[in-house]
Amino acid sequence: MKITRAEVEHVATLARLALTEAEAEAFTAQLDQILTYMEKLNELDTRGIEPTAHAVTIAPVLREDEVRPSLPPAAALSNAPAREAECFKVPRVIE
Amino acid sequence: MSRAKGEVSNAGTGAPDPRAAPGATGGYEAVIGLEVHAQLLTRSKIFCGCSTAFGAPPNSHACPVCLGMPGVLPVLNRRAVEYAVKVALATHCTVALSSIFARKNYFYPDLPKGYQISQYELPLATNGYLDIPLDGGGKRVGLQRIHLEEDAGKLLHETPGPYSLVDFNRSGVPLIEIVSQPDLRTPEEAGAYLRELRSILVYLEVCDGNMEEGSLRCDANVSLRPRGQAAFGVRSEVKNMNSFRNVERALEYEIARQEKVLRQGGTIVQETRLWDAARGVSVSMRGKEEAHDYRYFPEPDLLPLVLEQAWVDQVRASLPELPAEKRARFVGEYGLPPYDAQVLTSSKALANYFEECVRLYPKPKVVSNWVMGDVLRELKGDERGIEAAPVTPEHLARMLRLMDSGTISGKLAKTVFEEMWRSGDDPEEIVKRQGLVQVSDEGAIGPAVEAVLQAHPGEVEAYRGGNDKLLGFFVGQVMKATQGKANPQLVNEILLRKLRGG
Repeated sequence: MKITRAEVEHVATLARLALTEAEAEAFTAQLDQILTYMEKLNELDTRGIEPTAHAVTIAPVLREDEVRPSLPPAAALSNAPAREAECFKVPRVIE
Repeated sequence: MSRAKGEVSNAGTGAPDPRAAPGATGGYEAVIGLEVHAQLLTRSKIFCGCSTAFGAPPNSHACPVCLGMPGVLPVLNRRAVEYAVKVALATHCTVALSSIFARKNYFYPDLPKGYQISQYELPLATNGYLDIPLDGGGKRVGLQRIHLEEDAGKLLHETPGPYSLVDFNRSGVPLIEIVSQPDLRTPEEAGAYLRELRSILVYLEVCDGNMEEGSLRCDANVSLRPRGQAAFGVRSEVKNMNSFRNVERALEYEIARQEKVLRQGGTIVQETRLWDAARGVSVSMRGKEEAHDYRYFPEPDLLPLVLEQAWVDQVRASLPELPAEKRARFVGEYGLPPYDAQVLTSSKALANYFEECVRLYPKPKVVSNWVMGDVLRELKGDERGIEAAPVTPEHLARMLRLMDSGTISGKLAKTVFEEMWRSGDDPEEIVKRQGLVQVSDEGAIGPAVEAVLQAHPGEVEAYRGGNDKLLGFFVGQVMKATQGKANPQLVNEILLRKLRGG
């Protein structure tokens, strides 16, 4: 086994996913298959090859430090489930 | 937010056995490392064109990118990179010509994307150091890394009821995180490190250095170990210290707390603690934080950041004289004591003020005494700082020349200085207006001396009986009678003559 049921549950918790018993079972099996398949990559000899962080190797274009218009606050808040005083209103997170 | 990279390793060492503490060398030693976040003074945010200006109405500096809307792409701000490279070069780091951004995943309402774009593996800069001035010498403190990242939004908690309000104006403001090696041993060293780092950031004009407003934030990793032991103890991380004083107080508290636990045979729990400045204690956040499991991975929306060596060299050439260099020059060029050099270079503006004064009045130590004494004392009650000092270098230099020419005494100079500060006027004008010219005329001072001696026959007798210390008393009385205008040297001479002569 490449992954345990406990690891799947841990990752689900970190991702705020509520899994049913059946889902946890199914995902553990599926993730295990995926990881097993990925293991194939370890068969390649990668000595002397630079690790790659991205599929393309061009240098990024940087932005000049110029201010551009922001959204009007009403538009910025238009998807907020709740709002107050031009702010997003969320359940209290401390105390 | 804290992160799990590059931490002081403590796994497996366990808690030091208090019985093993070698009493001869004196118990425990603290090991401190600081993580400093500095807001960069760019005009726009790190990945979008929203303004970074402070104090705008809530959510008026937000756009689809910094609100984390699906489908948007971040584009890196060139100036943020330049500022980070400046700091890296000023702190002797190795700048990576290729570095990568990473996603740090966690959920919090101030983080709209559910991840922060930061750097993890392959940060922008590594392996630097800072020389910090300390009483009786100095110390070299290693820097582990400097990386770029975006700030989160701001949570406002003052609403009644079980809600918080979120303002995303700060979301995406560029930050650098500067991580020190665990080289600091006392709260004083940590304070000196932080002051030196702040001074460098402000000299470079890349951060305003304001801790109270949060443009400069500091978290500390603290552990204790028996003196002489090489392995580190288990550490705690202390957060929420928003002033230099609070950093030192919080570290003192944390060191004392850990020492007490260890002496009682307990073990330190690895945890995050919040400093409560009002109560002077730190409180455990245990149970309120998830285990640090950020599942970093390379940010697919940003290409690796590739820098040209020529550009880095150009940035290096643009660096201004830094605090440590300026301190050394002030000692070498002006012959100042190291302490004076340190105080005068605490800000670039103060150093410029001093140098302008010396240019106009080339007696560095005299100028230093006035700047460190009277100027800084007056500035304490003034929020505006040296740039707004009502006494210009020209005025201060002119006043010092009035002293040299004997027009005013040192005592009168204090009065002139205060008046210059109050009114912003030229010293000569003040001297004329208030009649502060020093009296060096024996015909005018003589009668004043006579009057003082006649008014204090008992003291005169005591002086003549051998109590030499009373001379100062007589001088003081004469100065008082002449509103400080009498030439003190002349007053001395006349007094001595009359007292001896009877």
